[in-house]
Amino acid sequence: MLILGLESATAQVGCAIGGHEGVLASSHSARGKRHAENLIPAVEFVCHQARIELSEISCVAVDNGPGLFTGLRVGVASGKAIAQALRVPMIAVSSLDLLAFPLRFTDRRIAAVIDARRSEVFWAFYRQVPGGIQRLSEPTIGTPDELAAELLAQPGETILAGDGAIRYAEELSARPGIELAGGDHAYPSARSLVQLAHAKALREDWIRPQEVQLLYLRRPDAEINWSMREGA
Amino acid sequence: MTTTDPTLARPGVDVHTRILGIETSCDETAAAVVVGGRVVRSSVVSSQVDIHARFGGVVPEIASRAHVDLLTPVIAEALVEAGVDGSELDAVAATYGPGLVGALLVGVSTAKALALVWGVPFVAVNHLEAHLYAALLEDPTLELPIVVLLVSGGHTMLIEMEGHGRYRMLGSTIDDAAGEAFDKVGRYLGLGYPGGPAIDRIALEGDPIAIRFPRAMLAEGLDFSFSGLKTSVVNHVRKHPEASTADVAASFQEAVVDVLVTKARRAARQIGAKGLVLGGGVAANSLLRERFLSACVEDGIHGSLPSRALCTDNAAMVAAAAWWRLGTDGPSPLDTGADPNLRLPLLP
Ligand SMILES: [Zn+2]
Repeated sequence: MLILGLESATAQVGCAIGGHEGVLASSHSARGKRHAENLIPAVEFVCHQARIELSEISCVAVDNGPGLFTGLRVGVASGKAIAQALRVPMIAVSSLDLLAFPLRFTDRRIAAVIDARRSEVFWAFYRQVPGGIQRLSEPTIGTPDELAAELLAQPGETILAGDGAIRYAEELSARPGIELAGGDHAYPSARSLVQLAHAKALREDWIRPQEVQLLYLRRPDAEINWSMREGA
Repeated sequence: MTTTDPTLARPGVDVHTRILGIETSCDETAAAVVVGGRVVRSSVVSSQVDIHARFGGVVPEIASRAHVDLLTPVIAEALVEAGVDGSELDAVAATYGPGLVGALLVGVSTAKALALVWGVPFVAVNHLEAHLYAALLEDPTLELPIVVLLVSGGHTMLIEMEGHGRYRMLGSTIDDAAGEAFDKVGRYLGLGYPGGPAIDRIALEGDPIAIRFPRAMLAEGLDFSFSGLKTSVVNHVRKHPEASTADVAASFQEAVVDVLVTKARRAARQIGAKGLVLGGGVAANSLLRERFLSACVEDGIHGSLPSRALCTDNAAMVAAAAWWRLGTDGPSPLDTGADPNLRLPLLP
């Protein structure tokens, strides 16, 4: 079974192919907002590197958020189109899961934190379990201060990953025992996506292209303004 | 237009070439299959107008979200209706500008992905050029050069189409687009959104000569201005709160149509056009259609009115324009992005 993974929830855009033998090839770039320009050429490149025809792909995995809206839509629209054309199922994995997954060998609590812009962050907490990670809280959006308050209230050691953690490192590392995971863990990666999707594929935990739901966590401004006007 | 058309330089692009077109530049999610740039095998449009109505205009973020959800089923329907399997297509095209950037990116990303899987060319299409091809799609008797009056919520322009891909801008609006004026006046009169169809409807019960609204720049030139007209409507209603809404709407519509038709005729006369064509969302306005056609009859010029479905945003016109672009320029690169401010390529 071969899985094509497309990831574009943050400033980084990436693509990877893998299966039972692990990740066979991947490509990641984080220069400028060129998700739409870079993604499909990256798919072509990764297939070539892995010596795989797209027709051999049996599942398309995408990062369904939370993250930067436009980037996310480029990845999800491309993934849905590829799956539709190949007539294969899809797997959707949260960007926060992808950030936490490479830290699965730590016994500390993991906080995955993505920069949501406008002085807000998306976050969720994880812990290690045999064979992977377990999410301890639902993906949330809030200010760095709100997250810092939550971190302060929790006992024990926590490791922080993601571009949101890097940006607000000062606010978030408010007490001893809270540590930043470092630059390698700034962005969710397509490699992690293929690895996590593989575990889900073994459980046949997949969906049809039209069932992919994006995790925005923030309503469009117009809707917010509207409900404020309506007093809703 | 035949396969021997000298403008078609690319071998392999002929009357059998099957193109899937995708359109997501604003608030319509559309897909269509067109054969040989001419024969529409399917054209599916899913309008988001109801989603945006309560906000009184198109909300870009909401439009982008809806495109992601709607495009997959719309494409599936277009393929089923056309009776073709995706793997039997010869190219996949999408609008890459002008329009809302987030909305455009959904269509462009989707089209490039489909083209990659099916191993066929991707064609990036200019939305304005696509509107020009809407007329040619329906009226094979049309001879070039033609003048196209393109009127929508975003554009009001008079374009000379001298040949395929050979355009001159004869005139355009210096402020609001005509469709924008309809929306603003519709909102002001409490007729809801979109304003065009609402004004069209209520104007039937009103007196179009009840109020003489100004016709800006009517006497000369080919440019348009509609912001002053909107202000006149507001001033009139303030001064005469008792005025019938139907009369105001009818008189406003009369003024817009008068200017549009007068300038379109002038443009056609000026360049010696063989045909005059109406396009864009405002082309669905019934008074404009009627006046436009009688003006063409009067002037002895071939008038062409695409069906309402082809005037408003659709993907058949995208696939038709793509057939010509593929024939002359070949495929577009797979690292093409969206260009929200894309302009019509004009002759020097
Ligand atoms: Zn349009």
